[in-house]
Amino acid sequence: MSSAETANVVESAFDVQRIRQDFPILSRSIREHKLVYLDNAATTQKPQPVLDTLARYYATGNANIHRGVYLLSEEATAAFDLARGKVQGLLNARAAHEIIFTRNSTESINLVAQSYGRQNLGSGDEVLITHMEHHSNIVPWQLLCEQVGARLCVAPIDGRGTLQLDEFERLISPRTRLVAVVHLSNSLGTVNPVQEIVRMAHARGVPVLIDGSQSIYHMPVDVQALDCDFYVFTGHKLYGPTGIGVLYGRESLLEQMPPYQGGGDMIRSVTFEKTTYAELPHKFEAGTPHIAGAIGLGAAVDYLLRVGLEGIGRHEADLLAYGTNALSEVKGLQLIGTAPKKASILSFVMDGAHPHDIGTIVDSDGVAIRTGHHCTQPVMDRFGVPATARASIAMYNTHEEIDALVKALEHVRETFTV
Amino acid sequence: MSELRDLYQEVILDHNKHPHNFGELAGADRHADGFNPLCGDKLVVYVNLHGDTITDVRFEGSGCAISKASASLMTDSVKGKTLVETRELFNRFLNLVTDGDVADDDEALGKLAVFSGVRDYPTRVKCASLAWHTLRAAVEDRHDVVTTE
Repeated sequence: MSSAETANVVESAFDVQRIRQDFPILSRSIREHKLVYLDNAATTQKPQPVLDTLARYYATGNANIHRGVYLLSEEATAAFDLARGKVQGLLNARAAHEIIFTRNSTESINLVAQSYGRQNLGSGDEVLITHMEHHSNIVPWQLLCEQVGARLCVAPIDGRGTLQLDEFERLISPRTRLVAVVHLSNSLGTVNPVQEIVRMAHARGVPVLIDGSQSIYHMPVDVQALDCDFYVFTGHKLYGPTGIGVLYGRESLLEQMPPYQGGGDMIRSVTFEKTTYAELPHKFEAGTPHIAGAIGLGAAVDYLLRVGLEGIGRHEADLLAYGTNALSEVKGLQLIGTAPKKASILSFVMDGAHPHDIGTIVDSDGVAIRTGHHCTQPVMDRFGVPATARASIAMYNTHEEIDALVKALEHVRETFTV
Repeated sequence: MSELRDLYQEVILDHNKHPHNFGELAGADRHADGFNPLCGDKLVVYVNLHGDTITDVRFEGSGCAISKASASLMTDSVKGKTLVETRELFNRFLNLVTDGDVADDDEALGKLAVFSGVRDYPTRVKCASLAWHTLRAAVEDRHDVVTTE
């Protein structure tokens, strides 16, 4: 078999219709239309194996973890630990204890800001971010800066939504103590050159946090190859449950960081005089965690890897190119975010139609998209728009669904061409 | 589609495109800023008062069709009304766009009845009511930004 034939075999292994059957919600109807779900950047739908895992855990495996000496608790602990191992595998982290379970990306970033940040930043120090960050990668740093008297610096983006890398590099100053940057922009679709960013920052001894909320379900991520210091994501965008998120941290940094929250599970011993803290990862996991969420996330990771991120990436890139062409041909439509390296996101505005009206009208055709500032108000300001409409693609979307969006947008034009 | 036609009635689309009383009211007695963080709608409502009567009212800003048309029709409806009458009309309008407790042909509402379709779209109630909340802040001489959150 030639290599071209091999590639074909791999490609045909990705069967979107087969995948769609795994997602029960995709067969429901919305306002008498077939649901066309294109709000994946907000949250993705859940495949049957994840739903089954959650139901099975509560039906037959529910117990609190750690320290229980009975079988049920031992099983739940084992399942929870197994889920951590699955996330470790997904990210190719060196050790399972470098994976900290949180509620979501937001909590992961706040953990780093309040633990690492308060320990390592002082008056006059700087945190460097980019203009395309989600509010969750802006506000935690603003809070930190207020607390310690540090300064938030912002690297600019150009008119297509690409990070100006030379400016970014120039902004890494002797006072920069941390770089925090999004991997894939949720409002523009820009894929940032994170490897290059890490290299630039490390050359000046500055650690890097990557917000992988959007990237994690579209592309393979290897934290060792990236050499990043922190990587955060949330479970519900990775076809898993809400309420469970992940912080990957380099062991040497996590070891030195103080706890973020105090409570049960995160201690070694407690007396009123002195408390000593537990080993990683427990030091950062105070209280009963979202056990079912972690186990459900583990099932989602299994599902994602079984389908295969390479195939998913190819399919989504194909849809993105198809959607970019199709939307470009809609009269009066302007895409916001046209960087050369993009994934998943089609953000746009239309002449004479406010994004909010676009969202309501396409919904009447069963098409679910997001409208608003997408928690990236500085991006909206940069492009001079109050809001955008945003379609975002996931593994189960099809060309027909892009066609349905375009058709629905024609209804928007008809409505507003009075 | 029929619910959608109820929402985007011709009158609303027309006021969206050609809003009445649009633009700054120079030297206005009162004004207030309104902001809907959900969709980024921003508007300013200007009011001139003679005693208890609204003698002139204008607005400017950007927003979705529902919020712009609502501001436009509001200015038409409250001009010449007393503050008590305006408050009464606001309450009637809120009832119309939320629980639908008010008949669509309620005479007191006049043209505002075109917003009856909003009640089927709970997320859009804020769009329809932003101008009214901002008007209330203006006549009460409040200077904090009104938000719908």
